[in-house]
Amino acid sequence: MHFVVCIKQVPDSAQIRVHPVTNTIMRQGVPTIINPYDLFSLEEALRWRDKVGGEVTVLTMGPPMAADSLRKALTIGADRAVLLTDRFFAGSDTLATSFALSAALQKISDTFGKIDIVFCGKQTIDGDTAQVGPGIAKRLNLEQITYVSAVNEVNGDNGTVTLERRSEGGVQVLKTNLPAMITMLEGSNTVRRGRIDDALRAARAQIVTWSAKDAGIEDVTKCGLRGSPTVVKKVFAPTPRAEKAALVELGETPRDSAEALIEAIFAKTPKIEDDLVKLASGF
Amino acid sequence: MPHLFALNDDHRAITDMAQTFAREKIAPHALDWDERKHFPVDVLREAAALGMGGIYTREDIGGSGLSRLDATLIFEALARGCPTVAAYLSIHNMCAWMIDRFGDAAQREKWGPALCSMDRLASYCLTEPAAGSDAAAIKMKARRDGDFYVLDGVKQFISGAGVSDLYVIMARTSDEGARGLTAFVVEKDRLSFGANEKKMGWNAQPTRQVICEDCRIPVANRLGEEGQGFRIAMAGLDGGRLNIAACSLGGAAAALDKAVAYMGERQAFGKKLDTFQALQFRLADMAIDLEASRTFLWRAASALDAKTPDATALCAMAKKFVTDACFSVANDALQLHGGYGYLADYGIEKIVRDLRVHQILEGSNEIMRLIVARHLIESRS
Repeated sequence: MHFVVCIKQVPDSAQIRVHPVTNTIMRQGVPTIINPYDLFSLEEALRWRDKVGGEVTVLTMGPPMAADSLRKALTIGADRAVLLTDRFFAGSDTLATSFALSAALQKISDTFGKIDIVFCGKQTIDGDTAQVGPGIAKRLNLEQITYVSAVNEVNGDNGTVTLERRSEGGVQVLKTNLPAMITMLEGSNTVRRGRIDDALRAARAQIVTWSAKDAGIEDVTKCGLRGSPTVVKKVFAPTPRAEKAALVELGETPRDSAEALIEAIFAKTPKIEDDLVKLASGF
Repeated sequence: MPHLFALNDDHRAITDMAQTFAREKIAPHALDWDERKHFPVDVLREAAALGMGGIYTREDIGGSGLSRLDATLIFEALARGCPTVAAYLSIHNMCAWMIDRFGDAAQREKWGPALCSMDRLASYCLTEPAAGSDAAAIKMKARRDGDFYVLDGVKQFISGAGVSDLYVIMARTSDEGARGLTAFVVEKDRLSFGANEKKMGWNAQPTRQVICEDCRIPVANRLGEEGQGFRIAMAGLDGGRLNIAACSLGGAAAALDKAVAYMGERQAFGKKLDTFQALQFRLADMAIDLEASRTFLWRAASALDAKTPDATALCAMAKKFVTDACFSVANDALQLHGGYGYLADYGIEKIVRDLRVHQILEGSNEIMRLIVARHLIESRS
């Protein structure tokens, strides 16, 4: 089976700051990481490769330095890495990104073997749209299952996948045909660590690097800024609260602590207490 | 022309792997383990699963087949999380290497894979209550009795003792000084152990006496030939010294990082500490000592990898230089933290306590000078 995992190199959000005056994201010196949500998809792909056999290819679109993230994915256990990089891709929104990635996925399928499952992260931590995976599925006509909490079976013989999808108020157990596009929920598995020999294999691996042309894209007006109808009007950091946080002493029991907390809230905002009392008397 | 002092992609990949492991699995618990005197065997096994149980052990028995230089990078990275945990791993690796290097096919097969996976932990037993620096004065007896040896005597300051499963023990098979020593691999159930010693540092690993009392072991547990023990012990220590130096380097690097961070926050006399030039100079001196240590350590490790004639002397020089310099760096980092540096919660005093013993063990720094001086005098033309 051939599993392809789409990953994105993102700034480590834990270390990011917004410039207090210009309101722009200060990217300088911020280390990059693999989008954390993508790691659960990578792990799921590796697990099923280990179970049913086959290969895992990781794909990213980004500047040449995105190769670092691909090497990390190889260290974790992927078999092959493809970097899609070209100045035409700069400034892509989710529409242009899913267009470019779909072209690359088609090329991967033609070059390295038919793809059975495309795994994407649920969303990225920098864009937060959760649109690229579904966009790819639509463009490549793949069965689309998002927010997956568990993959129960990948059956190569009859070409199906059975999985559990978190939905409002419960869990759906779904079965669909391959090829499919799956986005995994965070925490659905434990991402493995690469061994020393994996790290060495990754360090020595050749990363397949494709331009737009290499990926078979003829119409570059569908790529990058030109192919992106989305316009970011403004980015800003929420103004910090002027109020200081209040400290509530821990009580002897959890119940005491909870009561102390409620007392503190009521004391500060009596309206909440009034409303609650009204609500309770209505029953 | 290749850059002589640059790490290549392989080195960076290995370092990155070990650093990530140290940051995520070791550093967050280091203070707790120190306080509770907890030996984190589960975490050691996790490290081994990544290939760090037999770093420079050959691959056919499950080792990673890396170089001594690679090992110094790994131990520095791990020691940034906790020098004590890294140092125990160093000792274990030394034992695994000894069995790989000096063991016969059956011994390599019997113990090698379990040591590399750390299903079985190993301890190294050379020092005795009355024989430390003077290793040739070892008294523990190994008497041949048919297909067995019978060991009698006591080993002192043994790291991991009481928990480890295998013990590489140097004992005396004849009275001919250094030439009368032989190496043995002894399983835990043949031994008894003293109480866990109360120590200044290195609390995340137990230290006990190992007692051999009428301890019968099969001849098949002898490592190498009779009389080869001293050579085996010394060969192991060349690499062991590099590793211990690397553990000092990692500890000192972590201490310097903490000091730099602290000085950017703490104010005195209306200014941040890092704006005082006297303190800036102090930081610079620490960084210089650290970098000189690192460069020297890499040079000694490369010499041992290349098996140059001066490798033993270089390993001794580096061990002395690096462990002294890095103790000072850690101690200076404590000073720069003022009273807070003396509090356990800041994690600085633990590093100082842990690094202090590196100047004593794996051959004291006085013995390192002796090795260097002997090398100088012997190579006088």
